[in-house]
Amino acid sequence: MMSEGSSFMKGMVLGGIFCLVMSFFENFNSGTHSEVHEHLHHHLKPLSKDELEKLSESQMSDLPLQVRVYCLIMVTPKLLVHWATANDTWSKHCDKSVFYTSESSKALEAVDLQEQDEWARLRKAIKHAYENAGDLRWFFVARPTTFAIIENLKYLVLDKDPSQPFYIGHTEKSGELDYVEYDSGIVLSYEAMRRLIEMFKDEDRCPERGHALWKTSEEKQLATCLKYSGVFAENGEDAQGKGLFNKKSVSSLISDSMGQNPADVVEACCSDMAITFAGMSPSQMQVLMYGVYRLRPYGHDFHDSLTFLPPKDSDND
Amino acid sequence: MKALGARSAFYVGFVVGTCTLYVLLRQVGFTRDLGSRESEAHEKSLLEMVKEENKNWKKERLALFNLNHPHHTGEDGTLADTLYKHVRILCWVMTGPNNLEKKARHVKATWSRHCNIVVFISSVDDPDFPTVGLNTKEGRDQLYWKTIRAFHYVMDKYGDEADWFLKADDDTYVIVDNLRWILASHSPEDPVYFGRRFKPYAKQGYMSGGAGYVLSKEALRRFVEGFRTKVCTHTSSVEDLALGQCMEKVGVVAGDSRDTLQRETFHPFEPESHLTGTFSKTFWYWNYCYYPIVQGPQCCSDLAVSFHYVNPSLMYLLEYYTYHLRAFGYKYRYQPSEPNVIQDFNAPAPGKVEIGDIEEKLGVEEQEGEKKSPRT
Repeated sequence: MMSEGSSFMKGMVLGGIFCLVMSFFENFNSGTHSEVHEHLHHHLKPLSKDELEKLSESQMSDLPLQVRVYCLIMVTPKLLVHWATANDTWSKHCDKSVFYTSESSKALEAVDLQEQDEWARLRKAIKHAYENAGDLRWFFVARPTTFAIIENLKYLVLDKDPSQPFYIGHTEKSGELDYVEYDSGIVLSYEAMRRLIEMFKDEDRCPERGHALWKTSEEKQLATCLKYSGVFAENGEDAQGKGLFNKKSVSSLISDSMGQNPADVVEACCSDMAITFAGMSPSQMQVLMYGVYRLRPYGHDFHDSLTFLPPKDSDND
Repeated sequence: MKALGARSAFYVGFVVGTCTLYVLLRQVGFTRDLGSRESEAHEKSLLEMVKEENKNWKKERLALFNLNHPHHTGEDGTLADTLYKHVRILCWVMTGPNNLEKKARHVKATWSRHCNIVVFISSVDDPDFPTVGLNTKEGRDQLYWKTIRAFHYVMDKYGDEADWFLKADDDTYVIVDNLRWILASHSPEDPVYFGRRFKPYAKQGYMSGGAGYVLSKEALRRFVEGFRTKVCTHTSSVEDLALGQCMEKVGVVAGDSRDTLQRETFHPFEPESHLTGTFSKTFWYWNYCYYPIVQGPQCCSDLAVSFHYVNPSLMYLLEYYTYHLRAFGYKYRYQPSEPNVIQDFNAPAPGKVEIGDIEEKLGVEEQEGEKKSPRT
């Protein structure tokens, strides 16, 4: 009995030392790695006002045609109220918005993928979108629990070439993998979609049904497949470095700011050109719709170099 | 057997040791970071608060005088500035000593920065905040006393320094720039007041207290005069109704504050209720509104002036929605007409701009706007 006890203690001590050594090793490694990553365009910002003004007349007239967005909204009947809200609010500002569902619902229209597995469904939706893109070159993937301001998305990618691979959103790290967080929306350029769909054919590196004991989330599987095709996640931010893709609701971010920056709550909180917010209730989304597209102080104007017209047949924007 | 037992004990011990230390390391890493960051942030914010306040406000005679009309990076605020100089608004906010930190502080940090003058009305003088104490107690039954004394106070101290006098609660959010748009088409010499018009109990109706209401200089003069001649007295503690009845007696007109599409601008509830709520058929609101109630998105003007029952975090949220968040390049559906700015013929106040100048400025702006907007 005594020998067992002392073996146990020896084991514990050795285990502890092993852990310490491993964590130091890991820190050292990831430290150098993240530096390299920082060099590769990890942060993506929109054009500055000066740069916009320097563009020629012909460039300006081309831009609104180039930055047209195809929205893929991944729904399920369980999210019916959010689905209806997305349908009634922000998705009207996409050049084309298509709802992809796991099973059809009598209440709302969608492309029925008849697929319960989230990753398989995402793959099918991506393939469908690419085939039906027409001349649209930018793709935005979101759940109906996300609210997106498409005009600000267009502003972010205004000067980016969609025939280059772009994979943009709110980036997070999982070990070695940089991935775009799903809830705050995923932006893909035409070239990124093309490479991704090619990679779908590779059952080893980008399997449709995972063979592992545990399931990796779709956002990470997406990141992995894209990484193998040479496409890396980039964090969308404004000129001040504030994230444009938010995985929290506006009220949540305001509350955080009230705690951390009581002297300057609004300035420190969120970007003026924010693109997405997540985790909002349908009512909060209606208020956000009013707040973005209608409510404003008279006499304060922004003479933006580009104009986006409001969508037809809509009364809440 | 003994050797096997000892070996497995070793392995188990190894695993336990690794896991324990891993958890421990993560905790230590976490808390150390969090702790230092929080205390730093707190210190910085207190200093910043004091600095910010000294930059933008002049504290004088228990009121705040706005030194800069707040501007946003990248915006063209010429029109708003013109209205700021021409339509001077004194905002007085009904509050109390117990609500200074809870509510009034957030009013001070947000919408009241857009008023020309701000006075916080309380039952106690506080030279730091600053608040004015008006010889009243606290409580719902004191509301009309506070209101009467507040209007007398601002008339007495600031009567010459403003054209319009707004009353708001410390849970009202007001978009002062939009209020100026409405008021610019009226003269402060007209006996008129604006707010969310209710119909019962008064022939011409009265304005909801919580949604805020604004008196012209002439209306304020008549209110004060009414109390001097005892035409008006403290009739009840229902502040908004009592004031409305006094207004009627002294010949002040209850104005229509709706926008050019007949949409309401002053709101007695918060945005979510008006935009998404359906009020039950037996709710008092249906019988009170002077104009037809619209539920859903058309309830509220794009150029909304006020909302009520706004808690602190909603104040900052509305400030973000109104003055910060926008959709790049978006052309608003509602393009409001420019107000007819009326000149004061009696004695042009300092800083008043001639009509000709304003027209010129607006004309130039329109041209520039056209040059830059088109391509669709």
